[in-house]
Amino acid sequence: MDIYQQNILDYYKHPRHRGELTGATYQSGVTNPSCGDSVQVFLQVENNRVIEARWTGEGCVLSQASADMLAEHVVGKLTSELGAIGSEVVVKLLGIEPSPNRLKCALLPLEALQQAATRH
Amino acid sequence: MLLNLRKDFPLFADKRNHNLAYLDNAASTQKPALVLKAMDEFQRSNYANVHRGLYRVAEAATAAYEGARAAVAKFINAREPAEIIFTKNATESLNLVAQSYAQLLKTGDGVMLTQLEHHANLVPWQQMSKRYQLNLIFAPVTEEGRLDLVKLNELLVKGVKVVSISAMSNVLGTIPDLGPIIERAHSVGAVVIVDAAQAAPHVPLDVQSLGCDFLIFTGHKIFGPSGIGLLYGRRELLEVMPPFLYGGHMINEVQWDDSTWAELPAKFEAGTPPITEAVGLGAALEFVNQVGWAAIQDHERDLTEYGLQTLLAIPKLRLVGPKDAAGRGPMFCFTVKNIHPHDLASVLDQDGIAVRAGHHCAQPLHRRFGLAATTRASLSIYNTRAEIDRLVKGIKKAQQLLTA
Repeated sequence: MDIYQQNILDYYKHPRHRGELTGATYQSGVTNPSCGDSVQVFLQVENNRVIEARWTGEGCVLSQASADMLAEHVVGKLTSELGAIGSEVVVKLLGIEPSPNRLKCALLPLEALQQAATRH
Repeated sequence: MLLNLRKDFPLFADKRNHNLAYLDNAASTQKPALVLKAMDEFQRSNYANVHRGLYRVAEAATAAYEGARAAVAKFINAREPAEIIFTKNATESLNLVAQSYAQLLKTGDGVMLTQLEHHANLVPWQQMSKRYQLNLIFAPVTEEGRLDLVKLNELLVKGVKVVSISAMSNVLGTIPDLGPIIERAHSVGAVVIVDAAQAAPHVPLDVQSLGCDFLIFTGHKIFGPSGIGLLYGRRELLEVMPPFLYGGHMINEVQWDDSTWAELPAKFEAGTPPITEAVGLGAALEFVNQVGWAAIQDHERDLTEYGLQTLLAIPKLRLVGPKDAAGRGPMFCFTVKNIHPHDLASVLDQDGIAVRAGHHCAQPLHRRFGLAATTRASLSIYNTRAEIDRLVKGIKKAQQLLTA
């Protein structure tokens, strides 16, 4: 089990959804004070459907790659579907199950997403 | 002549750990066979609750527990064993002295800490300052990671009643020269608490020559078990301080509506203490004495010099803390450009190198250096130059993997 396998590093080094989304319908940010990681999630919603998702932040490979994968994952989804996205989805997107300590890093973006999603 | 002690630590004999470069000693040290054996034999042959038992094993257990107290007293050159209070860890020791001694202070009294402090020394005094309206001040740290003695002396004036100071930073590795600071503190009428949690396994401690009023450390960072810490306090001070925890063993006489307190050290040891752990700590100090301070300090000086030399040669690595070996221990906190400390620690772990990543319970100190987290490699008497070489190689590997 290698958290530095190619697909994860690819999202980390070449993020598809990184960057601020001005005029986002919903946005939210979370910070992990224990390591300084932070993720902000921006959702553009039309007719209850996510038409664009972007993120900004600083952090480790896992938090940044999972933010990008999650953003990619939610585009096209109904906002009513977002609440059902749980940690198992993040694990599936990453393709690995990180150790309990590192799982926290990977789940930080999900926390930001859920906060943003529950604000509508 | 460098030490070769890996063989004395059974964890490294486990085949899963043959390749383990354990560089997380500031968090906790491994245990030598001598300590494991002492604890095992004690539990097999002499275990009972301590004090008051009128049968053979209770008396043997009490003798072993009190023997450990005497060993600690000797180790730090306390005047008498009754000046040693056993606690569960360094944090509890620091809370004991802060929460009890603060009750003797008056509104507006000054409490001086330094920017080096671990949360365990910082948060108790911060909260006591709020509770009792004390004036909390911090002696600053220079860019180089040493105490700013000019500023410290400016702040350490009449009105400061307590100075609580680290004997070795758990982030920067800095080992301040405490002698002059303690002298200055006493001249303005302050008592001095020395947090030796990090220093204890690296430098010999002598409370009488230091002249400190209190000193704390913990067993698990000096090759003993977790669950046992201690507070040394001068008898005159411990006698006037109110108890910290109430309950069994710490009383003299209990009425329905009032109680009187036991003599030292029982007054501060409510409840069943960590008995086997005290025996383990006693054995750990015996182990340190057997290895000998001269050999320990030679070995660790070499590791400190070699570590600084090799780490500082890595491009894009920023070491926080002093860059020369004088007045610092074998502990290296650093960041590597564009690599998150968690990632660096995970990549090193893939090669069997155990380091710690995060703020190391010193958030304000990290902020002082503009950092949220660092990677820390902290060494001990069983570590080697070869392990430092592996660390350096691992950092370079991470750079290639994550930033190329």
